[in-house]
Amino acid sequence: MITLLDARNIGKRFGGLQALTDVSLTIRKGEVYGLIGPNGAGKTTFFNVLTGSYIPDGGEFVFNGSELPSGKPHKIVGRGIARTFQNIRLFRDLTALENVMAGHHIRTKATIWGILTQNRFTREEERLTTERAYEMLRYVGIERFAETVAKNLSYGDQRRLEIARALATEPQLLALDEPAAGMNATETRQLKALIEQIRHDGVTVMLIEHDVKLVMGLCDRVAVLDFGRKIAEDVPAEVQRNDAVINAYLGGGKHAH
Amino acid sequence: MNELVSAVPWLGKRNPMAARWLIIIIAIAAPIIAMQFGRSWVRILDFALLYMMLALGLNLVVGFAGLLDLGYIAFYAVGAYTFAFLASPHFGIHLPFWMVLPLGAAFAALAGIMLGFPVLRLRGDYLAIVTLGFGEIIRIFMLNLNYPINITNGPQGINAIDPIVLFGWDLSRNLQVTEDISIHSLYLYYYFFLACVVGSVIFIQRLQISRVGRAWAAMRDDELAAKAIGINTRNLKLLAFSLGATFGGVAGCLFGAFQGFVSPESFSLMESIAVLTMVVFGGMGNIAGAIVGAFALALLPEILRDVAVPMQQTLFGKVILDPEVLRMLLLSLAMILMMLLRPAGLIPARARYAHPENLHRIVNK
Repeated sequence: MITLLDARNIGKRFGGLQALTDVSLTIRKGEVYGLIGPNGAGKTTFFNVLTGSYIPDGGEFVFNGSELPSGKPHKIVGRGIARTFQNIRLFRDLTALENVMAGHHIRTKATIWGILTQNRFTREEERLTTERAYEMLRYVGIERFAETVAKNLSYGDQRRLEIARALATEPQLLALDEPAAGMNATETRQLKALIEQIRHDGVTVMLIEHDVKLVMGLCDRVAVLDFGRKIAEDVPAEVQRNDAVINAYLGGGKHAH
Repeated sequence: MNELVSAVPWLGKRNPMAARWLIIIIAIAAPIIAMQFGRSWVRILDFALLYMMLALGLNLVVGFAGLLDLGYIAFYAVGAYTFAFLASPHFGIHLPFWMVLPLGAAFAALAGIMLGFPVLRLRGDYLAIVTLGFGEIIRIFMLNLNYPINITNGPQGINAIDPIVLFGWDLSRNLQVTEDISIHSLYLYYYFFLACVVGSVIFIQRLQISRVGRAWAAMRDDELAAKAIGINTRNLKLLAFSLGATFGGVAGCLFGAFQGFVSPESFSLMESIAVLTMVVFGGMGNIAGAIVGAFALALLPEILRDVAVPMQQTLFGKVILDPEVLRMLLLSLAMILMMLLRPAGLIPARARYAHPENLHRIVNK
C-alpha cells in the first residue's frame, strides 16, 4: 500500500495548553481513515495544522513523498488536500453552483487581461468551470438547487454542498470534519454512501466523526486522540476493544472495572 | 447591461428589452434635457458621471471584495494631481492626455497596493480606520508639499490644467459642425465621460463573472473558507485595492482636466464618505446600485440648492436653512429611512457570479 500522508511528530501548543503532542500517523492511498476521540482531544486542531490554518510547533507532514509547506493554506490545497468545516462555512450569498465554481478557483488560470478582454481561453475555461461545477453538484445529489443561494439550502444539503466545493479543488485527500453532525438517520446513510462513492472514485478520505456507527462502518483504519496524544491506531474492530480507548471515552482510571 | 436593466423599476422585470432602450435613450438625451434648465445642469451631469466611476470603483473594493475603504478619495486625488503635474504650467510639462491617463491610473494602482500591504490582516472597523487615515495622509501631503520644495502648490492648488485633447480634438472647445450649429464643450465632456463609465461597467461586469469575482465574493462571505479552497487572499486583496484604485485614478485624471484646477479641499474625508454613501444607498455589491446611487446623490444637493432657496424665500421671506445644511439633513434622513425600509439599498439585486446561459446550456442538454 502506498502512503499518501505521513504526519511525523506533530506538536501544537496554545499558550499553556498542549493541544497536540508528537502525533504521528500515516494515511494510505485509497483508504477512509477515521480520527476519533473525546471532545477537546485535538482532532480539529490536527486538521487545522494539516491544512495550514495553524503553523505546527514541531513535526512535519509528508504528502505524496514531499514535505508540505506550513501555514500556507492555498499552497496545501494546490498540493491536493481539501477540507470541510465542523460548523458549515459556505459562501452564504453565492448560489450552490457559484460556491462550487469558487472551489474550482485554484485549478483555473484566466488572467486579469484575459478576463477584461474575454479572450477565447477565458470564455472556454468559464464554460468548463460551470460544467464541472454542475457535474459536482449532481455527484453529491443537489443539482436541482444549482441556482439556490447557499444560505437558503437545508442543513443536509449545505453539508453536501460543502463537500462538493471541497471536491472541486480536485483533492487527493479529502478531510471531513464531523460531516454527519446534526444529521438524521436517513441523511447519515446517504452521507455514508456518498463517502464510499468518493473513495471508490480514487479520493482518500480522512474523517473526524463522533457517530460511532458511521466510523465503524466506513473507516478502514481509525486513530484515537486523547488530550492531544495518539493512544491507538488500528482497524475499527480492534480499536473498539482497546483498553486505553475505552478508558478515554468512559473515564476509566484505576477505579474502573 | 443585463444588470443595469434591473435598475429600471417595473419595466426592468417585464420587458428587459424596452428597459434597455430606455436606459440608452436617457443616457444620450440627459444633457440635452438638462441644457433646457441651464448650462450649469449639464456640468452637474458631467460631475455625476465622474461620481459614477468613483462609485463603481469603490463598489469593487467594498461591495465585491468586502474591504471597507474610507479613504477611497485618495486615489481620486492621486489621479487628479498626476494629471495636474504632468499637464499644466505648474512644472511646465504638457504631456498629451492619452499619455497621462494611463500614468494616473498606474500611480493610483500603486497607491492602492501601498495601502493594501499594511492592511492585509485587518478587517471591519480596524480596516476602516486605517484606510480613513490613509485618505487623510494623502490629502495632508497635497496640502503641505509646497515647502521646502514646491511640489503641490499647497492649499492654493494647481490651476490652468490642460483640457482633455483626444488626438488633436480639444474637448474644452465647442465643436463647430457648420457655420450656425456648434456642439457645446460640456456635451463633448458628457459623452466622453459617458463612454468611460460604459467602459468601466463592462470591465467590472467581466471581472464580477470570473474566477476573480467569485474569489472576491468568497473572501467577502467567509475568509477562512476561502483560504481553505485555495484562494490566495493576500493577492486577491491587493488586486481589489489596486483595481479599485485604478478607477479612482482614471476618474481623478478626468476631473483634473475637466475642472482645470485641483486643490486639496476637493479630496476631503467628506468626499470619501459621499462616495461610500452612494454605493450603500444604491445597493452594495451590484453595478446598477452604484450607478443609481451616484446619480441620485450627485444630483440631490444641486436640486436642493435650486429648489430650497427660492422656496424658503417665498414661504418665509428669508433663507432659514442653508442648502448645505439641508443636504446633510436630508442625506442622513434618507440613510435612516433606507436602513429601515430597504436595508439592501435602492436596487437590492443579487449580483451574479456565473453566466446563466452556461448553466442553461448544460441543464437543457
